[in-house]
Amino acid sequence: MTARELFTRLAIPANSIYKEKNNYFMKKITLITALLSLGFLYIIAQTQKPTKKTIDTPAASIERGQVVYQKECLSCHQADGGGVPHMNPPLVGSTNVLKDKKKIIGIVLNGMTDRIPLDDEYYSNNMASHSYLTNQQIADVLSYIRNRFGNKADVVTIAEVKAVRTPVKKSK
Amino acid sequence: MAMIAFTFITVYCIANDGGFDSTINAGLKIPKGFVAIKAADNIGEARHIAISGNGIFYVKSLKAINGKGTFVLKDVDGSGKLTVVNSFDKQGGTGVAIKNGYLYTSSNNDVFRYKLNSSNEVINPNAPEKIIKGLINRGEHNSKSIVLDNDGNIYVNIGAYSNSCQEQDRVKWSKGMKPCPILDSAGGIWQFKADKLNQTYGDGIRYATGLRNIVGLDWNQQTNSLFVMQHGRDQLYQNWPEYFDEHDGAELPSECLYELHNGSNGGWPYIYYNHLLHKKMLAPEYGGDGKIEGGKEYQDPVIAFPGHLAPNALLFYTGNQFPEKYKNGAFIAFHGSWNRAPLPQAGYFVVFVPFKNGKPTGEWEIFANGFSGKEVVTSTRSAEHRPCGLAQSPDGSLYITDDSKGTIYKISYTGK
Repeated sequence: MTARELFTRLAIPANSIYKEKNNYFMKKITLITALLSLGFLYIIAQTQKPTKKTIDTPAASIERGQVVYQKECLSCHQADGGGVPHMNPPLVGSTNVLKDKKKIIGIVLNGMTDRIPLDDEYYSNNMASHSYLTNQQIADVLSYIRNRFGNKADVVTIAEVKAVRTPVKKSK
Repeated sequence: MAMIAFTFITVYCIANDGGFDSTINAGLKIPKGFVAIKAADNIGEARHIAISGNGIFYVKSLKAINGKGTFVLKDVDGSGKLTVVNSFDKQGGTGVAIKNGYLYTSSNNDVFRYKLNSSNEVINPNAPEKIIKGLINRGEHNSKSIVLDNDGNIYVNIGAYSNSCQEQDRVKWSKGMKPCPILDSAGGIWQFKADKLNQTYGDGIRYATGLRNIVGLDWNQQTNSLFVMQHGRDQLYQNWPEYFDEHDGAELPSECLYELHNGSNGGWPYIYYNHLLHKKMLAPEYGGDGKIEGGKEYQDPVIAFPGHLAPNALLFYTGNQFPEKYKNGAFIAFHGSWNRAPLPQAGYFVVFVPFKNGKPTGEWEIFANGFSGKEVVTSTRSAEHRPCGLAQSPDGSLYITDDSKGTIYKISYTGK
């Protein structure tokens, strides 16, 4: 067995050779899946009659937050919110995540480049600003990380994010 | 059809889970004829390791424990198990080396040396001589790995405090600075005198540049030259999704082995290497799109590996214990990835690279696997052990440190 074969066996989903060989196949699958999904959506749209305006719930916000997490956060903070030792801090049990909502909203908006200990441990990688996310996306993703990976805390609202993004000017 | 493919992959993963038997060879999968044991456990966050000619083990811990950053171990009863017999060195760090009657250790800022007696014991553990001081340490890539040549020089890695020299580090679509100002004081290997005290930047020379971060390095006695393993840049997919998909981002850029000489330039941050195309590519921060080639003036690696495996140690095997094919070849300890997410992580193994006439033959193989204790690692922290340091003992056994649980593995050849 050559090294490449060994590696292919080890990391099948990540291997580009696998990807190249199956590109055509994968494209077909994607197309079929897309068509099927469209069909489903159509059926759902037909059966769901507009009754009343849906009320947003914490559960719905957390669910939307998962999508944002997977796109924006997972690569550094990892699938289980465990982070990377000495590089990217864990979200599990994190004081910053669980305590002061204003602080964690500020970290998402402004990023973090301070070399200060977080729960007694130093982390070396800079966190980028995510101010390009909407207030809704930030509220959702923070609600998600405060209620997943064993964390439990109240959700973050759009108004709370808005308040940190644009501090209210004092009227004279 | 998608469901069938997905089911197949799931079944494949389940069928392969638990492929490493923790009761055999200390949980490692190694070639036939070799045996592995855990020689020690819980030795701090064990980074690099050096072994004297009479079998004294010096292990550098990332953090000092009770004010001690270097641990001294010995096989006191000949059982193969190592016992901590002493500890010293106020600061934690990564680098440790033995040369010409001195022990050298590094913190993340400075390099120290300690005189050894004729039994290779440190004479005065409380009074190190500071030979290099004031090296840049901004948290990111701050390991000061060290190695010595045969002409009285010491080589120190000064890693770049940045991912790709962007105007804003790690920020999506942030452009690269040109010229990259970091390269003046970091992102390369500096050469200093091994016996001169209190040296700093002005006293040394920037031996090689354009190297993002080198943790694993070794002096090749056969070629009498320096070889280093670079940690390639992160976030091609996350920061440039218009050019790279998640598969590209996991597989690229390559982790490169370079042979360095005075003036070598690896091309970071302007280029990265693509081992699938065997080409240097222009980095997206500098106008690249995954297809445009990068500057030809930069050095090519002698061999390149898949992305993000995190090479933390390099060792040329010069012993007589292992079979002939291992002689003068390179072992590389891959710490294991984090930036292959959302795809599964990889690494957490030791690779062997055969050499012929001072050059890799082009093949490589996984020599020791199973450190993570998992068939598939989806989160870096879940890996049980992470290989970080390599050393060869006087009898030709291979020792591997783990900076997660502080385990020291010993691999020997028995032929059985």
